Amino acid sequence: MQYMLLFYSTPEEFEARDDPEGRKAFRASFVPYMKALQDAGIIVNGAGLQKPGTATSLRLNGDGGHHVQDGPFADTKEQLAGFFIIEVADIDAALKWAARYPGRPGGGVEVRPALPQADREALYKMLAES
Amino acid sequence: MAANAYEAVERAARESYGRLLAFLSARSRDIAAAEDALADAFSAALVNWPSSGVPANPEAWLLTAARRKLVDAARRRQVREQSMPALLLAAEEAEARMTSPSGLGDERLKLLFTCAHPAIDAAIRTPLMLQTVLGLDAGRIASAFCVSPAAMARRLTRAKTRIRDAGIPFEPPEADEIAPRLDAVLEAIYAAYGSGWDDVAGGSASLRGLAGEAIYLGRLMTALLPDEPEARGLLALMLHCEARRAARRETGGAYVPLAEQDTTLWSRELAQEAEQQLAKAALADRVGRFQLEAAIQSVHAQRAVTGHTDWEAVALLYEGLVRLAPTIGGLVGRAAAVAEARDAQAGLALLRDLPEASVTTYQPYWALAAHLFARLGRRVEAGHAYERAIGLCDDPAMRTFLIGQAEMIAASKPSNTVH
Repeated sequence: MQYMLLFYSTPEEFEARDDPEGRKAFRASFVPYMKALQDAGIIVNGAGLQKPGTATSLRLNGDGGHHVQDGPFADTKEQLAGFFIIEVADIDAALKWAARYPGRPGGGVEVRPALPQADREALYKMLAES
Repeated sequence: MAANAYEAVERAARESYGRLLAFLSARSRDIAAAEDALADAFSAALVNWPSSGVPANPEAWLLTAARRKLVDAARRRQVREQSMPALLLAAEEAEARMTSPSGLGDERLKLLFTCAHPAIDAAIRTPLMLQTVLGLDAGRIASAFCVSPAAMARRLTRAKTRIRDAGIPFEPPEADEIAPRLDAVLEAIYAAYGSGWDDVAGGSASLRGLAGEAIYLGRLMTALLPDEPEARGLLALMLHCEARRAARRETGGAYVPLAEQDTTLWSRELAQEAEQQLAKAALADRVGRFQLEAAIQSVHAQRAVTGHTDWEAVALLYEGLVRLAPTIGGLVGRAAAVAEARDAQAGLALLRDLPEASVTTYQPYWALAAHLFARLGRRVEAGHAYERAIGLCDDPAMRTFLIGQAEMIAASKPSNTVH
């Protein structure tokens, strides 16, 4: 099964990226975490994201138009900071990896299953045929 | 006054919940229906006791309330559920027994054995015990085991349905199969405590927050089966580990490895109780896995008295343990002990013998390997092992400690000294 691990950070944790000490501490814990995932051979995809302030969001209107706004879609304190898609046996295994996420208190991980593989394959097939 | 009543409900919950549930479900075999009835009774108590006062016999009050709920439910559902009549009868019988001199008795042992029945998936046994004997809710259990709460609730329901539909008997096992069945019960209790405490230099100490519950169940087992040395062994093991709780973290929350713990912070009372349990267990002259693990912790506890650790004794006990139960935790623990008793090389040799697949994501293995490589001055290998140990760590305090160790070895001068 494929699961997406969505990492959420507090504003303070985003701020810490700007200061050299904070960046060093982040690397000391996050690089080993990424390597452990990599060595387990379960990473499908993943990326770290720039600060929420760099986001641009498009909200679709009912009249067919869209409203463009600066900033992330959801107006919450914790914002998406990065993600991995991993291939593991089940949700228990996915949660085990989520528990190893070395973020700061206040942030955390959302674990979401991807659509079943059969659905994904059907979609790819449709794309190939069109 | 109201606070008093809430406390009384809580006390009754801990002391009576399991006994009442065991009595009711041993007769109806329907744990879920008995739970529903008792949950209603406890919420009625929370509403009533603060205003009307705590009843003289809280357990009898709860049973009467539960029986009333069962009658209501039976009326509503026209006795659709096959277990309802049995459950009602059980409630009536229990009420009658409450007033008799022999009393309700304690059938929690039956419940514990049922929870750890071979037909029940091993992974759900501990949650099932925590819920049925102690009344813990699925959400709290799920967090402790890092499982989705919805999935935990589903698995618990499935296990209870299985017990009912497969007709798993609420009986302690026959004499000829008591050993493996008892082992399954003890194993499940130990899983609630969280294994891996201080065994290994820098190993993972999962603080699951269910230590109190596990010790409660451990005490319960020794009370219900006073002649079983392994039950006492398990209790001794948990008490020895618990005795060191205050020393495991600095005031700021930083992790302190076992060898550096301030022994004056260890609880002498808990250690003494552990020793008494272990001594009683030894009288049966039947050694087992938990007694050996407790004996290992007992050697560590000696440091509070003698000022040093007899690593030869620890290594010897681990040798016995892995012969009895060659778990990955035991094998890594033995390597750590051998490294201390002899040298780091010998410990590493034992680590190298472990099958690769079993250690890839086993954090304590990497923490120990890193520690031993560092001691041998093999900085590159130590660095790799520290990295893996940090990446697999799920405890922030331990992670910070390991990062500190890794930085120290990276900054140290290269050397080839072997010691």
